[in-house]
Amino acid sequence: MTAWLTPRNVVVAALLVFLALVPVYSALTANTFLMTLFTRIVILAMAATSLNLILGYGGMVSFGHAVYLGIGGYAIGILAHEGIGSGFIQWPVAIAASALFALGVGALSLRTRGLYFIMITLAFAQLVYYFGVGLDRYGADDGLNIYRRSQFVDPINLSNRTQFYYWCFVLLVASIYLTWRIVNSRFGLVIQGARSNDRRMQAIGFPTYRYRLICFVIAGTMCGLAGALLANHTEFVSPAMMHWTRSGDLIVMVVLGGMASTFGPLIGAVTLLVLEETLPILIKLVATPFAGAAASRAAEYWQIVLGPLFLLVVLFARGGINGLLESMRRD
Amino acid sequence: MTDALLVIDGLTKRFGGVTASDGIDLAVPAGELHAIIGPNGAGKTTLIGELTGEITPDAGRIHFAGHDITALPVHARSRLGLARSFQITSLFNDFTALDNVALAVQAHSGHSFQFWRDARKDAALREPARGTLARVGLAGRENVIVASMSHGEHRQLEIAMALATRPRMLLLDEPMAGMGPEESVRMIALLRELKRDLTILLIEHDMDAVFALADRISVLVYGRVIASGEPAAIRANAEVRKAYLGEQDGQRDGDA
Repeated sequence: MTAWLTPRNVVVAALLVFLALVPVYSALTANTFLMTLFTRIVILAMAATSLNLILGYGGMVSFGHAVYLGIGGYAIGILAHEGIGSGFIQWPVAIAASALFALGVGALSLRTRGLYFIMITLAFAQLVYYFGVGLDRYGADDGLNIYRRSQFVDPINLSNRTQFYYWCFVLLVASIYLTWRIVNSRFGLVIQGARSNDRRMQAIGFPTYRYRLICFVIAGTMCGLAGALLANHTEFVSPAMMHWTRSGDLIVMVVLGGMASTFGPLIGAVTLLVLEETLPILIKLVATPFAGAAASRAAEYWQIVLGPLFLLVVLFARGGINGLLESMRRD
Repeated sequence: MTDALLVIDGLTKRFGGVTASDGIDLAVPAGELHAIIGPNGAGKTTLIGELTGEITPDAGRIHFAGHDITALPVHARSRLGLARSFQITSLFNDFTALDNVALAVQAHSGHSFQFWRDARKDAALREPARGTLARVGLAGRENVIVASMSHGEHRQLEIAMALATRPRMLLLDEPMAGMGPEESVRMIALLRELKRDLTILLIEHDMDAVFALADRISVLVYGRVIASGEPAAIRANAEVRKAYLGEQDGQRDGDA
């Protein structure tokens, strides 16, 4: 029993309980901001979980993963704009479009390695980004409002913010569980083997390309679903959703939380996005006694604090926050 | 064509001005341990590369077990039962020894598009992997992370990886490389045992090992097979002595 009581497991369990209780707290205190923030966090944690599958376990450093947020999001936005409001059409289209795009990009980019792979995935993502900017019918770079969230049958009502939050939460937990099953299955060991030593994998008889391609498609599809959620959450899509800096954010979440760990992406997403919200407030609080009115100006530069924090984790905690928590167990 | 297990026919490969394989003809019948020796730069590594599929020859054909494998990719050759070990240890360093060998077993247990069941609890993979580890002398080391094993153990694991694919033929690229005398003796004993069940093509610098193990020896110099025959004949061959063994004799004379 006590073998389960490791620092990492306690933190993860506390985090999950906290996430499950956010709507309760939000309802009791009538704090809708917290609810909005954590809906976003949960959705982006799902996107980071999908990225971890290829980046952490598969060693495929995709620098264009946010493109699937955009593709999933635009599938919802464009269909809604054209008067097709049913989620039973919107969501399968979002999923299929992401899967197809991942298949195309993966088929080409997985023939390359290292820096070339990074650049090709980035190039494809930028291609779609500029395609979005050019979509005059759908708002071009101003983006596109979604006036109604996806319509499902009766008990399911995404316009109810509490219910929507719980759908996102359930899908996040399902994604984490699915990823965990996948990476420990025969398929997952092939993916991890190809990360570790692709040459040896070929030599013992694995045609690794096709396994890595399917893995790439699974990750893209999962992220496309997160994009569909994000579009419903913000009721808005724009090319900014898939800007390369967004892809960078997803990588930061995975590395910060811990690559190739089950809950790392969740931990990383919560840490990064909560710091994004709280660092400006903290800086203002700390700086006001010294700097007075200039403190609010200083708070705008919160990234100066976040950057070194991230650097410290990369330099001294190779397994990210998850790795730090796991190493505490031996003490 | 003969009914040998591996038949190499006019294999040629040029890298710029260097001819690394110069019309190599070689036939290895089933059950034979065939050693390839030759000085550095003779084209041994290129030959292994061509046999495993990592290097595409410019001309010539390779037949294995009746199939023309000249154009087959690396993984497909493994599927036909042609397994290799690496001269420079090439393992999954962040996995345990058992995980390493279990992956090699998995590679030959149907496709791996199975997404749900825990592969580390799959007895169909783990049990044969345990058996193979025991066979190469690594029983009890199953759960050690490969990165923290010794060089000698890595060499044993190299052999285990090849064996776990249940091959018909082993291509061993300097299995004794970097081994101490004691480890070499153990490796020779292991290879002698494997020789009973498997056809082996052995590339090795350790002459004691080669002459102790080989049924036949081919001598490769500048990409050409200059002699091929039984160990005694190779030892007596004047051309071989001049090109290769002579060097060592010369050294020995110099030392004395």
